[in-house]
Amino acid sequence: MSMFEGLKFRKVSSPIHDLDPRVKFFYVIAMFAVAVMYMELLPLIVLFLIQVPLVTMAKVTKQWIKSMRGAAFFASIIFFTNFIFSYLYQGQQALPSILEYSMAMTLRFIVLVESFSIFFLTTSPDHLGLALEKSHVPYEFCFAFTTAVRFVPVLAEEAQTIMDAQKARGLELEKGNILKRVRNYIPILIPLIVNAIRRSLELAEAMESRAWGATKNRTNLYELKLRRGDYILALLTVVMLVLAVYARWHIPIPRIMEIFPWKASR
Amino acid sequence: MAIIETEKLTYTYPGAEKTSIENISIKIEEGEFVLLTGPSGCGKTTLCRCFNGLIPHFYEGKLEGKIQVVGLDVVKHPIHELAKHVGLVFQNPENQLFALSVEKDVAFGLENLGIPRKEIRQRVDWALKTTDIYHLRERPPYELSGGQQQRVAIASVLAMQPEVMVLDEPTSFLDPLGAKRIFEDIHKLNKELGITIILVEHRLDLTAKYANRIIIMDNGKVILNGKPREILDSEKARLIGIGIPKVTRLYQFLNGKGMRLNYVPLSSEEMAKKLKEVFKQ
Amino acid sequence: MIEVKNVHFTYPSGVEALQGVSLKIRNGEFVAIMGQNGAGKTTLVKHFNGLLKPSKGNVLVDGMDTRDVSVATLARKVGFVFQNPDHQLFSETVEEEIAFALRNFGFKENVIKRRVTWALNLLGLTQYRKTSPFMLSGGERKRVALASVLAWNPKILILDEPTIGQDYGQKEKLRQFILQMKAQKKTVVIVTHDVEFVAECNPRVVLMSNGKIVADGEARKILTSPEILEKAAIIPPEISRVFLELSEFGFPTNVIDVYEAGEIILDFWEAKNREHV
Repeated sequence: MSMFEGLKFRKVSSPIHDLDPRVKFFYVIAMFAVAVMYMELLPLIVLFLIQVPLVTMAKVTKQWIKSMRGAAFFASIIFFTNFIFSYLYQGQQALPSILEYSMAMTLRFIVLVESFSIFFLTTSPDHLGLALEKSHVPYEFCFAFTTAVRFVPVLAEEAQTIMDAQKARGLELEKGNILKRVRNYIPILIPLIVNAIRRSLELAEAMESRAWGATKNRTNLYELKLRRGDYILALLTVVMLVLAVYARWHIPIPRIMEIFPWKASR
Repeated sequence: MAIIETEKLTYTYPGAEKTSIENISIKIEEGEFVLLTGPSGCGKTTLCRCFNGLIPHFYEGKLEGKIQVVGLDVVKHPIHELAKHVGLVFQNPENQLFALSVEKDVAFGLENLGIPRKEIRQRVDWALKTTDIYHLRERPPYELSGGQQQRVAIASVLAMQPEVMVLDEPTSFLDPLGAKRIFEDIHKLNKELGITIILVEHRLDLTAKYANRIIIMDNGKVILNGKPREILDSEKARLIGIGIPKVTRLYQFLNGKGMRLNYVPLSSEEMAKKLKEVFKQ
Repeated sequence: MIEVKNVHFTYPSGVEALQGVSLKIRNGEFVAIMGQNGAGKTTLVKHFNGLLKPSKGNVLVDGMDTRDVSVATLARKVGFVFQNPDHQLFSETVEEEIAFALRNFGFKENVIKRRVTWALNLLGLTQYRKTSPFMLSGGERKRVALASVLAWNPKILILDEPTIGQDYGQKEKLRQFILQMKAQKKTVVIVTHDVEFVAECNPRVVLMSNGKIVADGEARKILTSPEILEKAAIIPPEISRVFLELSEFGFPTNVIDVYEAGEIILDFWEAKNREHV
């Protein structure tokens, strides 16, 4: 749950929040591509660090740390699986390089989470929906998207209440063999589904009552306009991409252990 | 001309055997504050759905009789056209707010109508200020209290500048203070903006004083329709078992024992004032 | 008996819902826990059957620390009826719904049958025995939910917001039912902000605000103290509001019942008339 917590949007006004979601999305994709290009620790550290100013500029440090903490569990899984498998494969001699490799793989994941959480923490889902609309995605889909985001916390809470209500009637979820355990979830799933259906009917009624589908030329309270900040971010992203591609093919990237040969002194 | 007029309105939900409302003939004048009440399942909600065309356009079923709202035949006009004239506020605030910010929710109807952005902004700000939630405009609705959420729902209907507002038990999920504020807001919309109000409510003790008419339904039919003081003091109302305000019951008790106040109070303020007058004579 | 000893509770989100609550509910008591939404009422009662465990402090039910026993064990003693029946109904028939908890608790089939019949009868649901709970009206569904908890005859009964969305007749039935439970020496705890309903039932009132108990005592005392109620964002009942206005004539200010109020006013009026003559 805590990882989702970090993805929850909170409206703050900051230069990063004001950026156009489309440009921010371009940045996230570019970040993703660059992170996947490199397997070395050094450039990934650079990628990690250059994003930190964005976080502070967006004033979302606290939530960002929260989502990073949420990612820590997966990060440690990635680290240990990489470490164990490489170790089994390459043996003890290569320990430092295995360590560096595993750390690089972990950091790659962290960089991805970092850029995605910057995106989600600074982009209101309303703006995101609008960006989808502007990218010629049909309005119904955009609406479905924002509504889904809106109702995730509501449904999660409802599921918890239903579980409590059934536990109060003596339901023990962890009791019995596998088959029994699966069946234990029926008293939770049925009310959850029934309520979801009822809720969607009520939503549909409310939408209809507010002139849903009155005209094909729907307008929007918000407007997306590219501003100076957007051009700057777009430019920086392109520069980063070009540099990264160039460096990939033309500059040999040293390993950290080559720069600080702590193991070599032995 | 009456703003809402129905004639022998009868409706059966698809697949149902029994009619949900039967032979409803009512006339509501512009600017009235109507309190609609009656036991659960008496057809109040169904009648509300007829006012803005959810019946027969969203719920199919069988509709007979006539219904005109703001001069429009409900059967012949689609919901989105009626929505400009009749706003519906539902019981559960959670299921009528879709957006992730309050202002976006308030703008929803106007966006659907394709109103230009500048005008949307003006009307949204006006609706938010009128309902006193302007300071919440950028908050996500699900983080607000039930009372605040319901005010967002009212603002989002208000932004469409309807002549009639129908509110179906808008305060069921709210605490007493939250409910009281909502009723005061509704009263204000009626008094200051002249919006015709139809309020469905069980809690007559908090609302009867605002109404200039009470309609009581039972078993799909209109049983009583008239002035609040007369209706609440009537034998019939007592027998149907609606929640007659306690001060009205106190009045009836005193009346029965020979202490005639000659004035049916609908709220504690009215009762206290009347008693003071009597005692000071 | 339920003993709550200096309980603090913080939700994972960081909200401190209870901040040092201490409370004792004796067997056979009828208690209304009141306060505005978000005051911590539901959080508190969820501690009574172990759905929530205190972050600090202890909750004892008949001497058992709720931390040491499972919810299922506590549920045998403490029946909890949730606010919305739709959060628990799932069976094909009303009868099955009521039998659900009995099966979970491992009752024998013949006992289950007897208990189901008893519960159906108690709440006037016998005619719906074979009906799907989803086909029933809101008020009926609420009664099925109540029956499904009563079936195992718990000593303590907790009702979360039982009057929400209920009409006058349904509330009156509920009141009668609670009085019946009280007569059978059951402990009944209701969580509510329905002042008029509480004024009619006249239970012990525990008033909460911001995760703390701000007042505890007889309904007629608590509900007639505007200063106390204000802290919990509650408005005094109608009759009390009339009497508070009339205090200048020397009227008592702790009246919440219509008939008591009527008698007092009549006495005063007759005495005044006699003076005139």
